[in-house]
This record gives sequence, C-alpha cells and structure tokens, in this order.
Amino acid sequence: MSDTGSSTSAQQPRLELKGITKSYPGVLANDHIDLKILPGEIHALLGENGAGKSTLVKIIYGALKADSGTISWNGERIDISNPHAARKLGIGMIFQHFSLFEAMTVAENIALSMPGRQNMAKLSKRIVEISENYGLPLQPDRQVHTLSVGEKQRIEIVRCLLQSPKLLIMDEPTSVLTPQEAEKMFLTLRRLSEEGVSILYISHKLDEIKALCHKATIMRAGKYISECDPTIETAKSLAEMMIGTDLRAPKHNDTGERGSVRLKVHNLSLDSNDQFGVDLNLINFEVRSGEILGIAGVAGNGQVELLEVLSGEALSKKPEEILFENKPIGNLGPSLRRKQGIAFVPEDRLGHGSVPEMSLVDNAFLSAYDQKQLINNGFIDRKKTKQFAKEIVENFDVRTAGVSHAANSLSGGNLQKFIVGREMLQDPQLIIIAHPTWGVDAGAAAAIHQAIIDLAAKGAAILVVSQDLDELFAISNRMAVIAEGRLSVGRNVQELSIEEIGLLMGGTTGSASQKEFESVV
Amino acid sequence: MTGYEWIIPVILTVITAATPLVFAGIGELVTEKSGVLNLGIEGMMLVGAVTAFVTATVTGNYILAVIAAAGAGAFMAFLFGILTLSLMANQVATGLALTLFGVGISALIGQDFVGQPVQAISKLDIAGLSDLPIVGQILFGQDALVYLSFIMAIGVSWFLYKTKAGLILRAVGDSHDSAHSIGYSVVTIRYFAVMFGGAMSGIGGAYLSLVYTPMWAENMTAGRGWIALALIVFATWKPSLVVVGAYMFGGITILQLHAQAAGFDVPSQILSMLPYVATIVVLVIISKDESRIRKHAPACIGKIFHPAA
Amino acid sequence: MLFKIEKRPEASQLMVYATPIFALILTILTGSFLFHFLGVDPVEGLRNFFVKPIDNTYGATELFVKATPLILCAIGLSVGFRANVWNIGAEGQLTMGAIVGGGVFVYFHDVDSVFLLPIMIVMGAIGGALWAAIPAFLKTRFNANEILTSLMLVYVALLVLSLLVHGSWRDPDGFNFPESRIFSESATMPILIEGTRLHFGTILALLAVLGTWIMLSKTLIGFQIKVIGAAPKAGGYAGFSQKKIVWFSLLFGGAMAGIAGLSEVAGPVGQLLPSISPGYGFTAIIVAFLGRLHPVGIIFAGLLMALTYLGGETAQINLGLPVAVTGVFQGMVLFFLLACDVLVNFRIRFTLFGKAVS
Repeated sequence: MSDTGSSTSAQQPRLELKGITKSYPGVLANDHIDLKILPGEIHALLGENGAGKSTLVKIIYGALKADSGTISWNGERIDISNPHAARKLGIGMIFQHFSLFEAMTVAENIALSMPGRQNMAKLSKRIVEISENYGLPLQPDRQVHTLSVGEKQRIEIVRCLLQSPKLLIMDEPTSVLTPQEAEKMFLTLRRLSEEGVSILYISHKLDEIKALCHKATIMRAGKYISECDPTIETAKSLAEMMIGTDLRAPKHNDTGERGSVRLKVHNLSLDSNDQFGVDLNLINFEVRSGEILGIAGVAGNGQVELLEVLSGEALSKKPEEILFENKPIGNLGPSLRRKQGIAFVPEDRLGHGSVPEMSLVDNAFLSAYDQKQLINNGFIDRKKTKQFAKEIVENFDVRTAGVSHAANSLSGGNLQKFIVGREMLQDPQLIIIAHPTWGVDAGAAAAIHQAIIDLAAKGAAILVVSQDLDELFAISNRMAVIAEGRLSVGRNVQELSIEEIGLLMGGTTGSASQKEFESVV
Repeated sequence: MTGYEWIIPVILTVITAATPLVFAGIGELVTEKSGVLNLGIEGMMLVGAVTAFVTATVTGNYILAVIAAAGAGAFMAFLFGILTLSLMANQVATGLALTLFGVGISALIGQDFVGQPVQAISKLDIAGLSDLPIVGQILFGQDALVYLSFIMAIGVSWFLYKTKAGLILRAVGDSHDSAHSIGYSVVTIRYFAVMFGGAMSGIGGAYLSLVYTPMWAENMTAGRGWIALALIVFATWKPSLVVVGAYMFGGITILQLHAQAAGFDVPSQILSMLPYVATIVVLVIISKDESRIRKHAPACIGKIFHPAA
Repeated sequence: MLFKIEKRPEASQLMVYATPIFALILTILTGSFLFHFLGVDPVEGLRNFFVKPIDNTYGATELFVKATPLILCAIGLSVGFRANVWNIGAEGQLTMGAIVGGGVFVYFHDVDSVFLLPIMIVMGAIGGALWAAIPAFLKTRFNANEILTSLMLVYVALLVLSLLVHGSWRDPDGFNFPESRIFSESATMPILIEGTRLHFGTILALLAVLGTWIMLSKTLIGFQIKVIGAAPKAGGYAGFSQKKIVWFSLLFGGAMAGIAGLSEVAGPVGQLLPSISPGYGFTAIIVAFLGRLHPVGIIFAGLLMALTYLGGETAQINLGLPVAVTGVFQGMVLFFLLACDVLVNFRIRFTLFGKAVS
C-alpha cells in the first residue's frame, strides 16, 4: 500500500475507523466515531457507562454491523462481517464478561475459539508454553469453574495470544483484578506492545490509562469527543472530557459521632450452597449508627454468600452469629429482618431487587408492604402503594414515564435510584447496599452516593459492599476487605492506602496480610 | 439346559421393550445437550409410530417406513424449533403443545388403520450365529433396529466427546451467550440437535408399531415419551447410562407383563402401575442430590436464547 | 433475512389481547385446509364445527356443560403456571377427585340427605388436592421435577379408577359391566335449566373464577405467586417462600381439578366409569394459555375449547369426519398462540434489500 509521503506520522495505522454510526430503537449508540490505532500502540478508549464503547468495540470485532462509516486495516478498506473474520484478520478480543464454558476444561475452552479441528495434546502443550512465557500460567486440564476470576481472564488472554493477534481489544480488564494482579497484566501488555501488537484498552479508570496508554480516544453519550495523549493530560482534565460537567466530590457531613453498635457479625462461618461458591470463614465486623462501613473485594470472594446471609435469603448456622442491636437474627428470614428495621439493596437490580416486567407500583410493594403498611384487611391497598411509588420517584429524581410502567423500561441509573429510594424511604436503622452504582451513569451515581451519606448523617448504620475502590474511598468511614471468604479487620479510611487494600484483596497469603485476617473473637 | 432356558424369551422381550426408549432417550439427550428441553417426545413418537405403520401397510417397504417415521419426527421437531428457537416461545409450553398436537394428528392419520395387523420387522441372522445356544438369539438374532439403536448410542457418544462438532454442541448447551459471542450459530446448531432428537423419537415410535406390538392404536406410547425424559435425568446426561436406564425400564415393563400372564395374585392394574411408579422413584433418587444435577445438566437447558445483543 | 425480530422497549398490552385472536384466525385458516384435505367443503366444515353446535338452546347449554370442567381445571392450573409450577397432572387429579368424591356415594349410596352432595364436592376437592400433594412433596423435599411426577400419576390414577370399577366398586345390579352404581338424586348435581344438562357445576366454575380473580389481583398470596413466577430471586429477596407457593399452587390446582372430576361424575356422566374424561385435564392446559392465565380470559377460552369438543361431535355426525379432528384443532390453537406470542415482546420488521422497512 502506498504511503502518503507526509513526514509527521509516517506510520500506517493498523486500524482506522472513520464516521462509524450505529443506532438502536430510541438510542444513537455511536455517532460518527473516529478512531486510529498505530502498530504497537496501547490506545485507550475512554468513556463512562453508556458512552457507546461496547457498541463500537462490537463493531470492530464483527459482532455487530455499523449503519454507516468505514473501517480500514493497514490502510485497506475492509468489512468485518463476523467474529471469525475478525479473528482471521488478527483481532483478538477479551470481553469484560468472559465467553467461557464453565463445565469444560481450559483446553476445551480454547479449542472452541479456534477454527477447525485441534489435536488436543498439541494444543495443551502450546497453552502451557505461551501462558508461562507471558507470565499468565494455566493448566490445560482444569475445569473452568474451579478457577478464580483472575485465572479465567488468563484463559481469555491466552486464547487470543495463541492466534498471534495484531490487535488485542481489552474491555475493562482490571475490573476483576486486584491492584497487584493488574500490575502484572500491565507488564504483559507492555511486552506485547514492544513486540508490535496494538492494544485497544477500554476503561474508565483514569489512573490506569495515564500509567499504561500512549493515546486515548474519548467518547461521551455516543459521540466522539477527542483524541489526546493521556501522559500529558491530568486525571481531572480526562475526567472532565469524559463526563462533561464539573466534578464534585460527594459532601460528607461527617461529625465523627458514632452511635451504638447496630449490626454485629460474630464468628460467622457458612458453607456456600453453590458448588462453585465460596465458603465464609469466621467473619467478624460491626457497624455503628451514623457510620458507613465499606467492604471491598474482587467479585467471587464470598460477597454473594455474605450478602445472602445478611439479608436473610440464607440463614446462618447459629442465630447469634448475626446480632442486630444485640438481638440474634441469624435465623430470621428477610421479612422478619425488615420488621426489625433492616433494608437491603441487592446486587442485581433486574430480577433480584425488582421484578423486571412488573410496574414500579408493584415493585414498590415488593419489599415495603409491611413497613409501609400497604395491606388493609388482607387486601392490597393499591392507592397507598401508588402513592408510595410516586413518593420514591419524586424524592429520588427517578426519570420515568410513570409509576405504572414496567421496571425494565427504566434506565439502569434510574432503576437503581428507585430501588435505593424504596429502601431508604422505609426509614431503616440499618441498610445493606451491594454495588450501589454498578453500571449506573455518573449523575445517578453521584445522587446515590449523596443519599447514602445523608442517610448515615441521620443516624442509620450503613454497610456498602462494592468492587469499586474509588467509590468506597469516597463514601466510607471505615473499610474492610473480603478475600476467599475471610474478612480483614475494618480500619478507618484515612489510615488506608490503595496499596494496602490491594494486597488484602489479593488474598490471605503473605505474612503482612495474614495478621489482618486473624479472627477477632 | 432346560434349567434357565426360560430366561431367553424374557431377555428377548426386554430388548424389544427397551429399544424404543433407547432411541427416544438418545435423541432427546442430544437435544438437551444443546440446551433445549423438548417435552414433545410423546407426540413425536406417536407421529413416528403412525407414519411407519401406514407406510408399511401401504407400501410393504419397511425401510421406507422407518425413514418416513424419522422424517415425520424430525418435521414435528422442526415445528418445535420454529416456535422455540426462531420465535423464542417458552420451551415447556411448546413441548406440551407438540405432544397434544402429536396425539391428535396421529389419531387422525391412523383413523382407518386401527386394529389392522401388519407383519413385524423380521429378525436378522448376523453371520449365521443366531443358532448358538443361549447367546445366539440374543446377540445375533435381533431385528435391524435393535442393532441400529446401539450403533446410535455409540455414535452419539463418540460425536459428543470425540469430535469438534460435538464439543461445539456441548458448549452451546453450557453457555449459549458465550458460544454466540465466539461466533457460533447457536440457533442453527440447536435446530440440528432438535431435529435429530425428533428423528430418533420417530424411529422409536416406529419400533413400537412395527415390532413391539405390530399394529396401530391411539396413544400406543402409553407415556414412554415421558419416561424417556426421566431416563435422561437418571442417566445424568450420559449416553451409556441412557441405554442402561432404558433396559432397566424395559425390564420392569416386561416383568410386570409376565407377572400378569403368570397369574400373579395381584390385580393387573397394580402391576401396570409399576413402570410409572418406578419412574417417580428413580426421579426422586436422582433429583435428591441437587448438586449432582447441577454438575451434569447442561447449564442452559430450557433457557430462551436471545440473539439480540 | 426477510424479516428482523426486534425487542420492544416494553411489553405490548395490545398484543396480549390480540394474539389469541390471531391464533384463532390462523387455526381457522389451517382448519379449512384440513377439511379440504379430508374431502369436506371448508365452509361446511367450519360451520359444522363452530356454528351448528350452538345454534339452539340445548346446544348453547351443552357448551357450558363441556366448558365447566375445562374452566375449573384451567383456573387451578393458571395459578400454578403463573408461579412457574408446571402441573401437567390435572387429568389425574380430576380422576382422583371423582374417585374420592364419588366414593362417598359408593359407600353411602342409600343415604338420602341434602348434605350428601356438598360433602361429595368437598371430598372431591380434597381427593384432587391430595393427589397433587404428591408432586408438591416430591418437588419441595427432593427437588423432583413436577412435570414428570404429576404426569406419571395420571397413569396411576387412571389405573386406580379402572381397578375400582372393575372390582370392589362395581355395580351389583350392573350386569357385570365395569361401572359403579348410578348416582342417586341426592348425589347428583341439580339441573339449572329444565330439559338440559346444565348443572350446578357451572355455578361452581364461575365462583372459582371470581374467587381466583380476587385472590390474584388483591391479596398478598396472589402477589407472591406472580413474583415467584416472574423473578424467583426477587421473591426470595422479598421474603416469599418458594416452597409455600409450590404447595399452594399444586394443592389449589388439584382441588379445582378434583371438583371438576366430581362435577362430571355427579353431573353429566352420572356414575364412575373407566373413562370419565376425554382429556379435560390436558385440554385445560390449552385453555389456561389461551386465556392468558387470566380468570376472565379462561372463561372465554374454556367456552371456545368446549366448542371444539361439540364441533368434533357435530362434524362426525353430519359430515362423517373422524372425531380426532378435535384434538388436532386444539393442538393447533396452542401452537399458533405460542407462535403469535412473540409479538408481545418483539416487533417484526420486514427488511427489503438489507434496509429495515417497518
């Protein structure tokens, strides 16, 4: 292919997108997006949830077809019709949600993503070679469901590496890794970049992008904002381009006063009833009134089991393992715990925190019917329930066409505000919130964080479980880390650094963290 | 040698009782391995039975009859596929609809053929060895479909665990979303799996009307399609165990028939209940261990696949 | 691809009511082809099937007579289906209701009391409920799939009935036919309209519909049923007990089917026979779906399915069509309904030359 001859950027871009547009009913996901990646370049695609990054990337990967626009590969106009074609070009994709088959082995999983028949023995050898070579060791015969999340990600990476990719696309890769594991992965990525592999790195984590990437393309609400050099931009300027409004940290009205102990978990041990789950091992912590305790941890370390036993969807072995205002509640189901004044916001808003096909009115009734006395003489009081739903919508700025519309018609952020609002308006003494702003736009996230802080100021005890360290640092008073079913000692947020948290998230091995996980009796 | 000669006819009848279950079970196993639950086996078997019977009576060509039965079963499964795979209907309801429709249409087609006798498919004589004492008839003197049932069972096992295509099919049943994002056509693969299941059920039905009781009667499957479903759970989705289970059930069915014929002092209705009660017992024993089911059942079974995003 | 299937932002209420009608139209169209294929003029066939059976008073009441067991079973099943509890054994529960309720008469056949029938009805409900309790127990205790267990019990129930009418419950004055005594007056459903077979069972069916409607829309347990069926995890979150709902759905469904069975044997059938139902328990599944699992819808769907039974008989008498046509029509309705159901949550857009044209 002939070069243009101009001297400034003489390099032919490996991948170039021009004017890519894609729309869905009701939403313009990509509006004339441009993107240029050079060989060996680590290029960030920066934008918050809902900016359109996933859609753009699916188009590059051949899983979606753009409505208009062009794609060029090494200067040649091409059409990427399906993932097979993308792989043939040399594009490898590592999704945020893994495409793995849990009941099959590592080798079988990798074989499935390769064309044609494989000699399994030869493939297993190659897997061991490459995985060890790049610092991501894997055992080919292990069943995938026995692996940790970080190890599962390695399968995705090695699967791509086996096909000698020219462009590697990574979607939010560190969301499932501890800070230490993320550092290791950066080493692998830098090595690949030196070998000439281009990397498209999708993230909203500004510190990582500044540390790792050569260039960044920023998207906001489906539109192309700019291309910049993240090494010279500041985190604040990047964030402003990404979010578009002035950044404001949530306000803490923290008087430092703490009331009595509301929730006390004492030597809680529980076997997971999921054979792929994590057993809880001697968990100890307290939450006082007026306090926000944050529990950090990479997904798959016992959060699900802990949340279940706290909400009452699972019962503890001994009732005294969970005490609420000094009363044992471990043997009570969710309804009885709510009667005590405990509220919960579960991890999944659709299907767990709400019934997707039911109206907001019905969903308001779901957890609040007892606390808000929505049953009259054995019959449901529709009028009162509708009023309550409207109250939630008004007080928490839920954007919806009306309370009789289904929960699944709301955007993620608005549904989350509704659910958080429903729980908070029950005036709980203790509220347990899982992943409060996961998949939620920045505006709604800020509103939810503020609501949590305000509720604590009014004297409620709050427990927040999340994977997002930034979020936990912003709103918690104290933090603890859950890893492999054990909980570290809660410490004041001011005394903790990200490094320490990262180490703790990595697990219970290592002498420094060992002490943190010794049980406090 | 007269001491245990009575066993031979019993074993022979067990084989004829088990074979339809082997066909239906192996077919539905492939369907379920791809993540689809097709409850319409009873309907497909009946359609297969009546198609085979009518074809055999009208043309006298038994090979054609069996092929026709397979085709009829596959066609019914195709209808099921359109509803559940392309139009994303609920698999349980559609399977029931398939059974009800199959019962109806087979009764309609078989209207004029009720009670007419037909010659059973002849037994073979493999390598001339069927005269061997004891094992001769059992191993070498069966009809072609019995041998076919074993070939199918072995073939399916080889396909699923030793070929790439089988690996892909199992992957689709494990996680259809992952398979889709890798680029496999989940819907096309499931169509094939479902139609294979239908063809096998059709042949199973053909065996009933051409060998087991060579005649046509409405509803002659008498619940075998449902028993086949239970068999697959009992076999934890392993082809070899499906065959074992089919022979166990064949055994129970035959034993209670022999007991009735032998004048056992138990009302015939109670003996007839045995296969159905046994099915319930087997289901309970297997299902009790929830983790075992979850480990072996294809993770996506019964879930609707939305190719949208 | 000629057409694209796109998800609607929200389920279409219009389609929820329209799809049963689409399904009907498609069934009628296919039915016409079927008649043509069988050598019958399609219009005559349709007329005999759908119009002739009810063009006189007696016919119209027969419609309700046939619809009664369908509606009773379907209303019971619909509660279960909403909770994702798949009770396929209504036919067996119906049979057991007939046996237990009818059994009261067999043992007290010379009692002439106004309480006899009410007791029979209650026992019928209990009989059906107990038979459904078996799959409920096996599911909640052993995680056994209720589809297969309830279905196997259908065959068992029919064999029990056969055992009884051939054996200890045989009518001593019945010339050795396998049938029980004919039910006496105090054990028979009162007739509502002189000269017809329309009986009190129909009133029971309508009451059941009303009661179920109130329960589902206005009570906590109705709400629990809907939530557990739609989103079991949300149900757990709300503190609803999955096991309790499974028990309730199956017992309720069994009781309704039991009453249906008793109404048949104490009504139009008049005694216990080896065969007391032409598959009402299975057709009721179609009625439940066709009626969109909604009490009012079930009434209409029940009447429609009852019409197919009458139509089959009429077409047989007048046109010589095999009675199996009824089963085919019923199966077709369900098929088309499931197919049209896609329109509730998805939109079909026809594409020409790759561009979407709505």
